[in-house]
Amino acid sequence: MNILVCVKRVPLTGGRMTLTEDGRAIQTRHLGFTVSPHEECAAEEAIRLVEEHGGSTTVLTLGPAEAEEQLRDMLAIGADRAIHLVSDGEEWDPQATAAAIVEAVRALPEPFDLLLFGNESADGGNYQVPIRVAHSLGLPCVTGIKALSAQDGLLRCEQEVAGGRDVYELRLPAVVTVREGINLPRYPSVPGRMRAKRKPVAASTPQRPAARLRMERLVVPEGPGKQAEILGHGPEAAPRVVEILAEIGVI
Amino acid sequence: MNIVWVDGAGDELSQQAVAFARGLGGDVAAVRFAAGEAYSPAAWAQTLVELAAERGASAVLAPATDRGNELLAHVAAKLGQPVAANCTSLTPGSPARVVRLRWGGSLLEEAALDGSPLLATVAPHSVAAEPFGEPETLAVTPAASELDLAVRVSGRIEAAGAGVSLADAEVVVSGGRGVGSAEGFGVIEELAGLLGGAVGCSRAVTSAGWRPHSDQVGQTGTKVSPEIYIACGISGATQHMAGCKGAKRLLAINPDGEASIFASADYAVIGDLHEVVPAISAEIRKVRGT
Repeated sequence: MNILVCVKRVPLTGGRMTLTEDGRAIQTRHLGFTVSPHEECAAEEAIRLVEEHGGSTTVLTLGPAEAEEQLRDMLAIGADRAIHLVSDGEEWDPQATAAAIVEAVRALPEPFDLLLFGNESADGGNYQVPIRVAHSLGLPCVTGIKALSAQDGLLRCEQEVAGGRDVYELRLPAVVTVREGINLPRYPSVPGRMRAKRKPVAASTPQRPAARLRMERLVVPEGPGKQAEILGHGPEAAPRVVEILAEIGVI
Repeated sequence: MNIVWVDGAGDELSQQAVAFARGLGGDVAAVRFAAGEAYSPAAWAQTLVELAAERGASAVLAPATDRGNELLAHVAAKLGQPVAANCTSLTPGSPARVVRLRWGGSLLEEAALDGSPLLATVAPHSVAAEPFGEPETLAVTPAASELDLAVRVSGRIEAAGAGVSLADAEVVVSGGRGVGSAEGFGVIEELAGLLGGAVGCSRAVTSAGWRPHSDQVGQTGTKVSPEIYIACGISGATQHMAGCKGAKRLLAINPDGEASIFASADYAVIGDLHEVVPAISAEIRKVRGT
């Protein structure tokens, strides 16, 4: 099974977000970066499917030159090769992102059996790139998957819904988006990191079309403006805590 | 006229989406699919696309639920139009202006949105819910293609009904990195049990494998809305706060008085959870005389 996994480089945000001066991006000067959580699980799922069924995993990102770090991380946990669509550092809207991915997929000699994505990116949360890619490639798309298995070209997918799980069965080739919790992603090993250095990364520089959903500025919402009541220090606070719980009516 | 897809039950989020659509001016048609129609996102979207054309809709909206976001993305892909997900406001115009949630609501984005009809999903609690009459019931269009129908719910696994569900719990006792180990959750479980609540945890905990992902509260986990959320050894990263901001009250227990969780807390205990949490459990037993 030949699988494409699409991932996005996002900052590791801590307790409070601050913005750049122009208000168009998060201030990342003191932050590390990672692969968006659902997509990290998509990569793990691809690697497990290839371990079980054979084939290969290709990981793709659209992002700045620095996003090669995230591609190498995915190569280190077992992806075979990478495609880097090097962006200009500006934000690409979801339609432009999907179009660039579709163009990259069409340019390859062999079609993929399965295209895996995260359900939504941590930063943009647009919930649409995989669906647009599927639509352009004429493939079915199932989203938000928490359990996935493949047998004889048939995919079985489970999606969490209120009160249980819905089941979908569909034929490959297909596009599937997964949610964190479908697996526990492995950490890269030292030999994995060494091997990753020698794996191929094909870079190209697509042109960014005009955005039709144009981000103008970001705003940090006002916090709840709470001033916490200090109930005490250490175990001596317990009686006061229990008083509060009784007042609220949960005891 | 504006079309709003509503979830079959006409729940609170659907009522909010209808109220949001009314705010745009003009008539609003609330539509849903007949109870017998198995969920098939692309086929349902094809039906909405045809309905929007037939009625000359100026906007097609849905609540920003999993299904609302999925349906509108299919509608947008079919029409070759942009869609803005998780909007807290939408002002028609050329271009239209939207404010939408990013990072699970930790940031807002102000953006310009092109396209006709306008396509957007409505973030929870952007406007007050308003009751609406019986929605129009739709059947899947005969024009839905084989590809549209290739993804269709074909089975259902009912959740095992054990314990209090995290999403619905009145009390959530949640542990973070400060718990230190899987075994460390013993004290958290004990307190949750005494309060008839559910155990939650942060992403650091599930990534370490100490708790299953189903216990995770956060942007990529469960969103909770208890009467009280007791956060033990949780620093308060935005990823976590995105999941517990719906709590009515927050009690934070953390040894670091500077931890960012205290900025969102109603009550604070400065201390080590391994001492404080057992003391609270002991006090509850004492008060109850057990």
